[in-house]
Amino acid sequence: MTADNIRKPRTISRRQFITDAGRGVCGSSLLGLGLAGYAKQSQSLSAQCLRPPGALAEEDFLAACVRCGLCVEACPYDTLKLGRMFEPVTTGTPYFDASLIPCEMCEDIPCQTACPTGAISPELESINDAKMGVAVLIDRETCLNVQGLRCDICHRVCPLIDEAITLELERNTRTGHHAMFIPTVHSDVCTGCGKCEHACPLEEAAIKILPREIAKGELGHHYRWGWIEKDNAGGSLIDEVLDLPDRLPDGGSL
Amino acid sequence: MKASVGQEAIEQKGWLGAHKYLLLRRLSQIGILSLFLLGPLYSIWIIKGNLSSSLLLDVVPMTDPFMLLQAFAAGHIPELTAILGALIVLAFYFIFGGRFFCSWVCPVNIITDSAHWLRRKLKIRTSTKLSRKTRFWVLAMSLVLPVLLGTMAWELINPVSMLHRGIIFGMGLGWIVILGIFLFDLLLVEHGWCGHICPLGAFYNLVGRYSPIKVSAYQREKCDKCMDCFTVCPEPEVLKMPLFGENKGFGPMISSADCTNCARCIDVCSQDVFKITTRLPIKAEVKQ
Repeated sequence: MTADNIRKPRTISRRQFITDAGRGVCGSSLLGLGLAGYAKQSQSLSAQCLRPPGALAEEDFLAACVRCGLCVEACPYDTLKLGRMFEPVTTGTPYFDASLIPCEMCEDIPCQTACPTGAISPELESINDAKMGVAVLIDRETCLNVQGLRCDICHRVCPLIDEAITLELERNTRTGHHAMFIPTVHSDVCTGCGKCEHACPLEEAAIKILPREIAKGELGHHYRWGWIEKDNAGGSLIDEVLDLPDRLPDGGSL
Repeated sequence: MKASVGQEAIEQKGWLGAHKYLLLRRLSQIGILSLFLLGPLYSIWIIKGNLSSSLLLDVVPMTDPFMLLQAFAAGHIPELTAILGALIVLAFYFIFGGRFFCSWVCPVNIITDSAHWLRRKLKIRTSTKLSRKTRFWVLAMSLVLPVLLGTMAWELINPVSMLHRGIIFGMGLGWIVILGIFLFDLLLVEHGWCGHICPLGAFYNLVGRYSPIKVSAYQREKCDKCMDCFTVCPEPEVLKMPLFGENKGFGPMISSADCTNCARCIDVCSQDVFKITTRLPIKAEVKQ
C-alpha cells in the first residue's frame, strides 16, 4: 500500500447501509439469543449457594451486582467467594456455601458496607434481621436428636440460640420413657447463617440452609387462622354455635 | 513485508527507544494488576475490588461505567457510590482518550497483543473479514439484553471483566474463554477481539470522541512509507488520512476515536513522524 492508492473515505450508499445494518442486527441478535438462553438458565441460583446478608432478591441482585468482589475482600472470614464460570452460580457474583464456611454474622456487616451498588441492600440494619436462607432439619432419619440422643450441636452453635433454633420435647416412643429434644427452626428469626449446617457432626448434615423460596410454604392470601382472628377480635367471630338437633336412628332425639 | 518490523527504529533509537511506549504500557497493565493483587496476596490494601468496581485507598470509588450502564438497563438504580465511581472513571478516560483503557489498562490487551505478535512471527496472513462496526452491534446487544431479561447477560461471558476478576479472585474454567480469544485473534481474525467485537472498546470509543490527548503525525512529510506503523497498529485505518491525506485536506491529528493511544506507532517509526499531543494547541495553529 502506498500513499497513491489511498481511497477517499467512502460515502455509504443506502443499499450498503441497509446491508450492513441487516448483518449487524442479525449477527448480534443471534449472539444475543444464545446469551439470553444462558442468562435465563443461570438466573436460578443453586440451592447450595447462599447470597451475602442483605442481598436483594435473586433477580434484582443479578441486575444490581457488578461482580467487583469488594464484599468478598471485606469478608474477614473468607466466607464469600465469587462464582467462576460453569459453577452453579452466576459468573462473578458473590455467594457462600454454608457447609464449607458459614457466615459469622459480623455486627458491622462489612460486606454490606463495601457494596458500591446496593446489590447488598443498605436497608438491612441489623445482621440479626438478615435472611440469607433458612435452616431446615431436612433429614429426621439421621438427625441424632430425633433418635433420642443428646447431640444438640446445631442448637448450641446457633448465634440466636433458643430463638432461631429451640429444642422441643417429644415423647420417645422407642424407649417409652425418655424425651427427644427435637431441633426446631423458627424461620421468622433464622438468618440462614449456616453455622448449624456447618457444625452438624454427621457425614452429611441433617440440618441444611435452603433458599427461603424453596424452604418456605406460603399461605393463600385469603386464608385466616381462626384462633388468631379470635384473639385479635377479643372473642369468637361467630355469635353462638348453632345447635342442631341430634337425630337418633329410631326417630327420637337426645 | 520486511523481515523485522521496527528494525530501522531500533537502529536509530536503540532497542529501548523503539519499545518505550510498549514497555510503559506493559508496566501500566501489569502494575495495575499488581496493585489489585497486593491486597489479597500480601494484605497491602492500596486498591480493593477489581476493574468492575474498586475503592482506592479506602476513599476513591471507581466503577466501570459500561458495567453500571448494564445495571441501569437491567432496571437497578445503583447507590451513589457506584454512580460517583463511574463519573470519576468517565472523566479520566475522557481526558486520556476513551480507548486509553484498551491499551494501557485492559488485561486482555496483553493476550491479544501476544496473539498478534505470534501471528506475525508465524506469518499467518489469512484473516476472515469482519466489520469493525460489529462491536457497536455487540454493544447495542449487551445493553438491550438486560432491558429484556433484567439481568446483565453480557457479563456472563465478558472476557474483559472475567480475566481481571479471575486473576484476583480465581479463574475457574474462565481460562477457556481467554484461550478462545487468543486463538480467535491468532487464527481467525487479525485484531479480532479488540478491534472488531469487544463492546467495552466500542463504549470507550464513544467516551473518547472528544478526548483532548491524541497522537499526531506532526512530521508526516518525513514519512518514508515503510508501513511499520500500519503493521503494529491495532486499528490501522486510523493512520491513513493523518499520514497520507494532506492533499485531501486532512490534518496530521489521529482524530479517530478508534485509536487507543497505545503510541506503538511512535515506537516503531524511525523518522519520528508521530508524537503525543493535545487537540487544543493544534486547533489554535489551524486558526492562525
